[in-house]
Amino acid sequence: MEEYMFLMHVYVFALAIFVGFELITKVPPTLHTPLMSGSNAISGITIVGAILSAGLEQFTISTILGLIAVIFAMINVVGGFLVTDRMLKMFKKK
Amino acid sequence: MRIAIEITYLISSTLFIFGIKFLGSPKTARKGNLYAAVGMFLAIAATLFDQQVLTFQWIIIGSIIGSLIGIVLALKTPMTGMPQMVGMLNGFGGGASTLVALSEYFKKNPNYPVEMNLPFNLPVNESIAIILSLLIGGVTFTGSMIAFGKLQGIVTGKVVKYPLQHPLNALLVLFVLVAGAYVVINPSMMNIVILITIVSLVLGVLLVLPIGGADMPVAISLLNSYSGLAGSTTGFVLGNNELIIAGALVGASGIILTNIMCRAMNRSLMNVVLGGWANAGAATSASTTSPKGDVKSIDAEELAMLLDSVSSVIIVPGYGMAVGQAQHAVRDLVNLLEKKGVKVRFAIHPVAGRMPGHMNVLLAEAQIPYDKLLAMEDINDDFPNTDVVIVIGANDVVNPAARHDKNSPIYGMPILNVDYAKTVIINKRSMNVGYAGIDNELFFYPNALMYFGDSKEAISKLVNEIKNL
Repeated sequence: MEEYMFLMHVYVFALAIFVGFELITKVPPTLHTPLMSGSNAISGITIVGAILSAGLEQFTISTILGLIAVIFAMINVVGGFLVTDRMLKMFKKK
Repeated sequence: MRIAIEITYLISSTLFIFGIKFLGSPKTARKGNLYAAVGMFLAIAATLFDQQVLTFQWIIIGSIIGSLIGIVLALKTPMTGMPQMVGMLNGFGGGASTLVALSEYFKKNPNYPVEMNLPFNLPVNESIAIILSLLIGGVTFTGSMIAFGKLQGIVTGKVVKYPLQHPLNALLVLFVLVAGAYVVINPSMMNIVILITIVSLVLGVLLVLPIGGADMPVAISLLNSYSGLAGSTTGFVLGNNELIIAGALVGASGIILTNIMCRAMNRSLMNVVLGGWANAGAATSASTTSPKGDVKSIDAEELAMLLDSVSSVIIVPGYGMAVGQAQHAVRDLVNLLEKKGVKVRFAIHPVAGRMPGHMNVLLAEAQIPYDKLLAMEDINDDFPNTDVVIVIGANDVVNPAARHDKNSPIYGMPILNVDYAKTVIINKRSMNVGYAGIDNELFFYPNALMYFGDSKEAISKLVNEIKNL
């Protein structure tokens, strides 16, 4: 069962990589910076793992690591989405 | 509950996919960013209902601190500081992955938190995922911080060389692999896991330190990709599909951008990462003959008169425009010229500036509509029919040697064919060489005129002269 789950994850990873390539090949150069900062914010999804560690019942080393990870990931997420929006607001057509 | 959480993760992953899709077109980009942000909010909300989460105070404290820092960074960073901002955010993502992997390693120890050195078993796939997460996350964290430092001017933007650079890095990677294999066999070797973390952090510093300023577009794209892959490996550690999907999407997008940047410089990724170009430039520029001839210069008044009688102008911005913060002066120039009926467009080289799309962001900030900004392949055929090209703070990307001089280190690099225009004005502070370390023969061409000065001052002066005509 354990091996089966792992294989399913590899499956999902491989398909997601293909989806990523398909989605991104057509981005015009004008949007390269916002695409990068926006996708960057998405990589802050590690916040999920950070929450699972910071929310442990007992306060241990994992809680401390989780707390710092929550701070890091939250900077990544909030900063990333906000700055991307700030940039995109400026992109105007004549 | 488990089912509800998983369904929310599925919806969130779908929102990420649509978000990135919409980010690909100027009309829908803002919506795309919003979709992705909603996806992230859902993922965070769902995770709070996970049965592992029993206390909330640390989560709340961490979220508030992180959000505040994120808000301040996002709102206070000037547009000229975008490359280092993106660099730093990359780093925090990678750092979070490393911390989560370490934490999970401790949590998976059944004797935790006492007698942690007693032997225990860990499934092979989990220990591999933890080690990869530590490696990729660690390299992303410190590598991005060095990139940030270089772009901010805290760390030198030059190519840094140190003794035994390549053997040392190879040795460190080898160490992580061997030590990693050892941990897979003996999962209780906590000290080695910590050592792997430290070596990964050192490796990030050593890998990015040698990369020079003008190669930063490649470095930033690559680190962006790493931050995604670090998220994916964390997903494998946690057995969470949403992290795997989101990380893979970001990883793929970063790889594509990296590829575009490398192609725009006609260099392989290895060549950039190993810091090869600047070396080659220094070596060959001594042996090849530098271009000779007369350099003609022009002052603001003469240039204003020249521009008074033209019908088409193409502006080529480069890093010099960003450094001088000349984008607003450039906008004034564009408005004046357009009022006179001149057709003005911009030609953007893919690696102009310090990150992909750097020039586009600066010009957007100056309220220049994005449909005036043309990519290299869309505008390169128009130069012969153009009266005047104004190059502002760009150098190597307009060097015709890339087309014909087989001895030039930049030979084969796609360039903007500005020399085909009737007149080329080059605004630069001096005759100094660009990043590739070679002279630019364009400056000696009969149709080239140098307009010396800091970009902002020079363009502002030109604007005043045109107004006074």
